[in-house]
Amino acid sequence: MTTATALRSRHLLGIAELDPGEIQLVLDTALAMKEIGTRAIKKVPTLRGRTVVNLFFEASTRTRLSFELAEKRLSADTLGVTVAGSSVSKGETLADTARTLEAMAPDVIVLRHGSSGAPHQLARVCKASIVNAGDGMHEHPTQALLDAFTMIEHKGRLAGLRVTIIGDLLHSRVLRSNALLLTRMGADVTVCGPPTLMPLGLERLGVTVMHSIDAAIEGADVVMMLRVQFERMHGLFLPSVREYFSLFGLTPERLARAAPDVIVMHPGPMNRGVEIDSAVADGPWSVILEQVANGLAVRMAVLYLLAGEGDT
Amino acid sequence: MSRSAIVMDADRVGRSLARIAHEIIEHNRTLDDVALVGIRARGVPIAARLAARLKEIAGADVPTGALDITLYRDDLMRHQVSPQPVVRRTEIPFSIDGRRILLVDDVLYTGRTIRAALDALIDFGRPSAIQLVVLIDRGHRELPIRADYVGKNVPTSRQQSVNVRLMEIDGRDEVEVEAES
Repeated sequence: MTTATALRSRHLLGIAELDPGEIQLVLDTALAMKEIGTRAIKKVPTLRGRTVVNLFFEASTRTRLSFELAEKRLSADTLGVTVAGSSVSKGETLADTARTLEAMAPDVIVLRHGSSGAPHQLARVCKASIVNAGDGMHEHPTQALLDAFTMIEHKGRLAGLRVTIIGDLLHSRVLRSNALLLTRMGADVTVCGPPTLMPLGLERLGVTVMHSIDAAIEGADVVMMLRVQFERMHGLFLPSVREYFSLFGLTPERLARAAPDVIVMHPGPMNRGVEIDSAVADGPWSVILEQVANGLAVRMAVLYLLAGEGDT
Repeated sequence: MSRSAIVMDADRVGRSLARIAHEIIEHNRTLDDVALVGIRARGVPIAARLAARLKEIAGADVPTGALDITLYRDDLMRHQVSPQPVVRRTEIPFSIDGRRILLVDDVLYTGRTIRAALDALIDFGRPSAIQLVVLIDRGHRELPIRADYVGKNVPTSRQQSVNVRLMEIDGRDEVEVEAES
């Protein structure tokens, strides 16, 4: 694999659209961006005069703040639009909002939306670059990029790395983006979760599916816990929180089966006592807060790389 | 067909850097508060060689850093259809506050790179002074910037290009002036 010198698209819609060279370019650029956060003045003039709109149709704290800070560190002008409420007809609202925003001529629109494919729809109608900040149960590309960046910081590589992802696989865009990225970069990915929260055809992502958490953790270099997304569950997926924790919760005892230098990741926000024990979340294995810090560097890299692209 | 001429060979590059090291010692009463910062890519190995020379001649350990100026370029966002230049890491593992900084680059041309480097440096702190070291000054300045230490003045036309090659990056030391075909 050779590192790309540019991204082919002016949008970041998903990991699915990136090849390994482009993924490496984002990760290399993020390494340079991370250094900016260590300076006395944590700001560079690169995106001066550019306008970025953060359009969030779903609740988000860390992703929204992370994008906002990344934009500010690159000197872009930022606007935040938070659309609350789910009673609106989403397709219409998105098209209408897009038209309104276009009138303000933004250069980049960062979109978080509950419907899978919303960023793709926006990309077809807008002149601005679109960055997917999470769409429904589809993708969350910057999360996967920051996870990969954090893994490389600790393990020095992705190729051959044994990564186990555990939890609510059905509702997780983090899983999809991570599985796509990690398999593309040569990591060995195992997923595990309750059968009711496991979508059909997971193997097509190139991952190994296991139902026993102990077997899945055995020898893992990285254990990534996914949040149980109660807000997306409108049926009887789980008998009880206590049963979920006893079968799939990550405890120090379970973690003992992993590689001795295992790291534990979580995209947040955590449900302590549901998918992860506090002793693990706050333990020496945890790199959860580093993930947050690295998210900033990765988002700066993405915004920088997209700002130079052409009309493709 | 392009014509090219080697204006400095390995020996001349080495002697020029040795001379600059002596000039640095001559112009700075003490090296205690001096630091070298090389501009990526080829300013970095030149800064490292100057540090080694200063150690040899004066026994001084001069801290050395690397500066990437990509994010400060004045032409960065002006070309809508070109890809973004690749950003490399800046590494300045010391405080520049109150220090005399020797900014090092391979070729001084329009002065725009140095303008960007000055902006970048100021974001790291407030040096007491900044001096400029270049291996080649090829003229054609577009900004009021001049070098304090110059390896060699090479008169060129704007159509020519100057290629500095260094052992650490290119496998050999030489400076070539190439005419556009």
